[in-house]
Amino acid sequence: MLDNTHRPLGLPAGPGVGYKPQHFRDLLDDPGPVTWLEIHAENYMGDGGRPLAQLRHLSERFPISVHGVGLSIGGEAPLDRDHLARLKHLVGWLNPASFSEHLAWSTHDSHFLNDLLPLPYTDGTLARVCDHIDQVQEAVGRRMLLENPSSYLAFDESTWSEFDFLAEIARRTGCGLLLDVNNVFVSATNLDFSPQGYIDAFPLEQVGELHLGGHDEDEDDHGAPLLIDSHGREVVDPVWALLDHVLDRSGPKPVLVEWDTDVPDWPVLRAEAIRAQAALDRIPA
Amino acid sequence: MSVTQDEFRDALLNPSQAVPGGLSDGAARPAGRRFNVYRNNVAVSLTEAMKEAFPVITRMLGTANMEGLAGLYLRAHPPSSPLMMHYGEHFPELLARTEQLSHLGYLPDVARLELALRRSYHAADAAPIDPQALALDPDRLLALRPTLAPAAQLVRSRWPIHALWLYNTRDGAPKPEPGAQDVLILRPEFDPEPHLLPPGGAALVQALQGGRTLGEAFYAATQEDPEHDLGASLTLLLAGGAITSFDAKR
Amino acid sequence: MSNTTKSLAVAGAVAAALTAVTTTTASAQAKEKCYGVSLAGQNDCAAGPGTTCAGTSTVDYQGNAWTLVDAGTCTEIELPEMADGTERSGSLEALERDLPS
Repeated sequence: MLDNTHRPLGLPAGPGVGYKPQHFRDLLDDPGPVTWLEIHAENYMGDGGRPLAQLRHLSERFPISVHGVGLSIGGEAPLDRDHLARLKHLVGWLNPASFSEHLAWSTHDSHFLNDLLPLPYTDGTLARVCDHIDQVQEAVGRRMLLENPSSYLAFDESTWSEFDFLAEIARRTGCGLLLDVNNVFVSATNLDFSPQGYIDAFPLEQVGELHLGGHDEDEDDHGAPLLIDSHGREVVDPVWALLDHVLDRSGPKPVLVEWDTDVPDWPVLRAEAIRAQAALDRIPA
Repeated sequence: MSVTQDEFRDALLNPSQAVPGGLSDGAARPAGRRFNVYRNNVAVSLTEAMKEAFPVITRMLGTANMEGLAGLYLRAHPPSSPLMMHYGEHFPELLARTEQLSHLGYLPDVARLELALRRSYHAADAAPIDPQALALDPDRLLALRPTLAPAAQLVRSRWPIHALWLYNTRDGAPKPEPGAQDVLILRPEFDPEPHLLPPGGAALVQALQGGRTLGEAFYAATQEDPEHDLGASLTLLLAGGAITSFDAKR
Repeated sequence: MSNTTKSLAVAGAVAAALTAVTTTTASAQAKEKCYGVSLAGQNDCAAGPGTTCAGTSTVDYQGNAWTLVDAGTCTEIELPEMADGTERSGSLEALERDLPS
């Protein structure tokens, strides 16, 4: 295990950014208000080389959040034991400040589809997801956070609202939640519900981390707006406003800015972190 | 009506298949092109992954050809692991069996070289020996069993793969001339670099990777090239940090 | 080669390598280690490099059909089919096959 045990557990209630290797030097020289980093677990499951060396270096300076994107917690099939073992190894070695994954599936018949795919919210899927989360928490030996997805369509068979589904998972498994504010905005636009209403119904006391990211605009067959969670541009004003709405109710939380496609030069991402800091600063004491 | 992950997956990978029933826009209208967001994410992300994994093949064939081949590949060989760092491992086979590429016989071996570069990049770290530790009696040297770093990757070809790689990655590199080339990838720190091996060099490396002694490996090299310059090969291995330990049995 | 000849040859080679290699390692150690090029093969929010948690609904996914178009550096490279690294000597058939049609 790396020697970072002196650090307090958990992420600081400040701005973080999704780590991109091209920002390695800038982050160390000029982090601005950035107080923690998030990495995608799967990119650090090689045997060695530069990725792990960079991570070792960064973890001496920043608390790290390990964010899995490939575990397929919502999959119909049992969890991939090999992948669970790799996660356990990474978390054991890095001793990160947080570990999170998605309410989604991506593997079926041992084919990994490289996308966060949606699942219906039923009693059956609830039981399965809870069972998988129990296994994950047991394997990595800590409480995990589960993230709400971006939705582009709805399942006729769903009998639960997404916020109740997530609240029930947290209640049954003891896991925490990761609230992606942009995902709420994207899903609310796409499926025509109130994003503020979703936030007001969300169990904010279970939330260990907030996400922000940019999205693209498209439309569906009927000309209705269809937002795509592309993580390829600045966070839009209505999403910053929705973040304020969350923070007013939740109090300070770790806030992450994600930028995964068309990754900009460091000053652009740093400016987003500054804006996240400003949102945190305006919370009434 | 419920939709299984089987149906969802099949429709994702087959764009001509109907969107599964039981999916809506949230207002009771069929999901329609909303489903294409997922189709697109899967196909585009895996296509991009192939272009980034095989930059030289992409340059050799042009982006449009590479995207078409990536579309064939993702349906023939969907990723079998959630680690995208390993995606594309069967691409040489697809290139070899694709009729339209049969006149470009060197492509599969260039793809193997690109795969080996990635394996080297992600291979376990291993500290090299101090070269001076090899200053031993001649008899002991023969019986030495050097261990090579996991990042050391050998690719043998009857095509000029090193020249092809250089021509597509280095400005001003000469046009490849016909001829077989063996390449040893070494990663002294974190950047894998392909090195052209002299005749006999690949036999030497293969023997060492197979756990043979330096004497046996030298013999194997001279079987392929009686004039094999062992000094040059050892210089390459030592300078590239490729020898990480040795077992000096008498 | 007798064992003595072989051990002398190996010893000579090792000695030559040790002389050649000293300066190389010294300069390699001076390099900044962590910062540098990242190779492909990244996972992003469940999507690979290029797109992430989503992409676009624009239908630009490809199906199972593909036709080779003339493009890329392959069109500049002349490497006729060969065996054991030697060019098939002057075969007209090979020449014709490798010309762009």
